[in-house]
Amino acid sequence: MIDRTVADVTEAVAGIEDGSTVLVGGFGRAGQPVELIDALIAQGARDLTIVSNNAGNGDVGLAALLALRRVRRVICSFPRQVDSWVFDELYRAGEIELELVPQGNLAERIRAAGAGIGGFFTPTGVGTDLTAGKEERVIDGRRYVLEHPIKADYGLISALRADRWGNLVYRETARNFGPIMATAATTTIVQVDEIVDLGQLDPEAVVTPGIFVDRVVAVGSRPWLEDGRFVGGVDLEGTPLPTQEAS
Amino acid sequence: MTGLSRDELAQRIASDIPDGAYVNLGIGAPTMVANYLPRDIEIILHTENGLLGMGKAPAPDLVDPDLINAGKQAVTALPGAAFFHHADSFAMMRGGHLDVCVLGAFQVSSTGDLANWSTGAPGAIPAVGGAMDLAIGAKQVFVMTDLLTKSGESKLVERCSYPLTGVGCVSRVYTERAVFNVTPEGFRVRELFDDTTHEELEHLTGLDLGEKA
Repeated sequence: MIDRTVADVTEAVAGIEDGSTVLVGGFGRAGQPVELIDALIAQGARDLTIVSNNAGNGDVGLAALLALRRVRRVICSFPRQVDSWVFDELYRAGEIELELVPQGNLAERIRAAGAGIGGFFTPTGVGTDLTAGKEERVIDGRRYVLEHPIKADYGLISALRADRWGNLVYRETARNFGPIMATAATTTIVQVDEIVDLGQLDPEAVVTPGIFVDRVVAVGSRPWLEDGRFVGGVDLEGTPLPTQEAS
Repeated sequence: MTGLSRDELAQRIASDIPDGAYVNLGIGAPTMVANYLPRDIEIILHTENGLLGMGKAPAPDLVDPDLINAGKQAVTALPGAAFFHHADSFAMMRGGHLDVCVLGAFQVSSTGDLANWSTGAPGAIPAVGGAMDLAIGAKQVFVMTDLLTKSGESKLVERCSYPLTGVGCVSRVYTERAVFNVTPEGFRVRELFDDTTHEELEHLTGLDLGEKA
């Protein structure tokens, strides 16, 4: 029997070694696996390389992991945001390494790793500082640079629902890097709102087939959803709005 | 001020986008173009974080943290919208499937080089996001910008001095004073706004803009 579900987030992140490379899903706050990151903070692994589009928001999730000096290196496309003060301070103090990658190259390097591609030529970044020194080739009259896959030891991602085989469906733009990261990690760890019985996920709607997933943990519904249905009543951070007096 | 306001310029760009186009509007001023897309045609907005068919911002009590745009603002999904992951989203750019993208700029060179991601200032935290992919990834790249910097220097230049976002990628530049096409001969004036003259533009930019249109 295949059962990739685990009891709690502690079990989900068990065994992540110091020095690991960890893919972390999310675009800004959307799709960021905050509960798994909190569990990783409690778990204690350090000297990590984190691959993520952003480098944390506010003081929670990835930002909290960074604040504890547990991350040696960040590979990302857009670390600087209005609420990225934790990363900003570490970077200015020279206490964190940054590899800046154009977002589409970041996505494709992750996809390539998961698809067993040894490298690819991309037009993105040609002639810019971010590809300086990389091998270039002209193909059909267009300039391309060689980019290498980003393979990781672990992937932490967030989805809406899973079954015990690890099949996943996502929700809206919280999908972002989840499906490609799931393919590119040796051990893919997924948090979902709920785990449903086999057969409850429409096979036509499954985005990540369970073959790419190793551990699944249910963390409960988000405040803006009720039985998977959008009910609103929160701000962009997911904080409930002040309740209005009935008129 | 001579020339068009930001809103008028956004409206002008919107009127150049054809029915049926797939369009990405960059973060900042280009997002204003969405406010002026003609209602009687269908234009599909793409956002790099995985949505085609992006609609306007929701009412405050209907904000959905799972439904945001590239600027991480709350948006809506129109009937007919589609969600997809990041590799697909950037395949839409890199693969040349988007018809138009509208971007801001620090500088554009006469050969269509774009600089819009970094001023190269020491101490600045570098962040590129999808800028480089967008720059090379649409059939037509429109730049929306002021003609001059705050200190009065032309943003249209012979060669960019800021770090490049893309090489030879810009098709057209919309400014408050004029619209310029990037041609094999350099910038050529497509349209003048207000009482701006060809000679005045050559004076302000320091560039040879060719024969009067």
